[in-house]
Amino acid sequence: MSSLASLTIRELSDGFDAKKFSATEVAQATLEQMRAHNASLNAYVLTMEEGALSMAAAADVRIAAGRKLSFLDGVPCGLKDIFSTKGARTTACSKILSNFVPPYDATTVSMLRDAGAVFVGKTNLDEFACGGSSEHSCFGVTKNPWNLEKVAGGSSGGSAAAVAGDMAAFALGTDTGGSIRLPASLCSVVGLKVTYGRVSRSGVISMASSLDTIGAFAKTVQDAAMVLQEIAGHDVRDSTTPPVEVPDYSKNLAKGVKGLRIGLPKEYFTDGVDPQVQKILMDAADVYRKMGAEVSETSLPMTKYGVAIYYIIMPAELSTNLSRFDGIRYGSIPKDVGETLQDMYYHVRGEGFGDEIKRRIMIGTYVLSAGYFDAFYLKAQKVRTLLRQDFENVFQKFDVLLTPVSPFPAWGIGEKANDPLAMYLADALTIPSSMVGIPGLSVPCGFTKSGLPVGMQLLAPQFAEPLLFQVASAYEQQTSWHTNKPYRL
Amino acid sequence: MVLTPEQVRHIAKLARVALRDDEVEKLSTQLTNIFQYMEILDEVDTKDILPTSQVTGLQNVTRVDEVKSWVSREDLLGCTELPLEQNQIRVKPVFGE
Repeated sequence: MSSLASLTIRELSDGFDAKKFSATEVAQATLEQMRAHNASLNAYVLTMEEGALSMAAAADVRIAAGRKLSFLDGVPCGLKDIFSTKGARTTACSKILSNFVPPYDATTVSMLRDAGAVFVGKTNLDEFACGGSSEHSCFGVTKNPWNLEKVAGGSSGGSAAAVAGDMAAFALGTDTGGSIRLPASLCSVVGLKVTYGRVSRSGVISMASSLDTIGAFAKTVQDAAMVLQEIAGHDVRDSTTPPVEVPDYSKNLAKGVKGLRIGLPKEYFTDGVDPQVQKILMDAADVYRKMGAEVSETSLPMTKYGVAIYYIIMPAELSTNLSRFDGIRYGSIPKDVGETLQDMYYHVRGEGFGDEIKRRIMIGTYVLSAGYFDAFYLKAQKVRTLLRQDFENVFQKFDVLLTPVSPFPAWGIGEKANDPLAMYLADALTIPSSMVGIPGLSVPCGFTKSGLPVGMQLLAPQFAEPLLFQVASAYEQQTSWHTNKPYRL
Repeated sequence: MVLTPEQVRHIAKLARVALRDDEVEKLSTQLTNIFQYMEILDEVDTKDILPTSQVTGLQNVTRVDEVKSWVSREDLLGCTELPLEQNQIRVKPVFGE
């Protein structure tokens, strides 16, 4: 294993300052790690070797001149293949976009360019970010670095595996119902899901517009805070980014948790949650108690309805967003598409979309169709209101909530392939917070007896990311889970 | 609640997605299961509850109406696989013969 590729953003940044190594050496070490392990992990669907080396060389010039752009200058970064990258193929891991080369960058991509980050490749995902296992990708499944027979989680499985496998210091992902937190938990890396609207969605291919958030995978909590610092804020191209001030996300990292009130919602510790996962979470709660936090049980009674309302609202928004994929302005078209425009739509979409996308388009179209709107969509929106009230109530009494991320550790590849509902339930503990737009952080907190990672989820009120980093960082300083590495790599 | 193959075909038509017969059969079973799961929502009393469609609380977001150059027409037209004619994309006829 190459040591330069395993460093954190903080260590890289300090090393550049001290002239211990160059950005070019770091990029080479990372590309070397990708050459050695990507064939088995399938974390990247596109390697940007040439571009990475030229970005790293440019960073080295800045570093030598003492003009670093940010902490991320010269740091290798993976991008989920749903972020538009000017001149670099962007597929959303869908056949329908297999040849799409965007003419512009997503806002976050251009912010990272401005910060000096070095793009090493585009990472694998479930097609259009729809799935919990990265199995629904036209490029095939991403494997879990801790056990190659298990899934890496999804939808941002490639980004999680890239960071866990030292094939990037950090990676961007998207989280609509758990797509950052779930794979972060299954691969033992830090996964940040921001407050809805905290980071611009412009240029990221839309899944469900009232839920989509842009976030990051990193090796430490501090690194995650440093990435957010560079990508947070209002964007004129995304009208859903409120003009809320961007605070210093690293300011409270050493503040500790003394006196903070941490809630354990009992609905997140039911029989459906693996006993080993529950035990590991209880140990984490004890770590917080020992540090002086007030930890006690609480309740979010609407939790059990989360998956049902998510699988009404999300497909409704998804099917609407995906209606733009008709093969005309972009995307690839099959050879024979029939005689009329109508024929072409059916063929392009029927052949271009994978099974899970078709399933969700069907759900979305049905719940929005005449006669069913009130019974499904409107009903779900009302329950969404009740879910928000649940969280508002509980945050009167608690500063943050501590829960498992996934009800179970990484499952076998193919295990849930024929049971979509079972796959949907993997997101049962991340969906409710997505529905209410609050931030969440997945932090490594242990391993099962068979060596599979388990993550804890910390949840805080809207725009309270600094508090999340504070609470997570305190835990990280007391424990060493985040320093464990998959032995094969 | 059951979603028959006939209903599946109708929804697929609304969604402009061509489905093979085996897909119709499979979706009929899977979607039936999924919608049966959603019946759990019948338990919740939502009388007098207002729907939530977004969580930012933002309203009427506006910006200055000014022209800015962004992506060029050539670059945008370069994304299509279909033939171009006078800077327009030539598509199949809307009506058949």
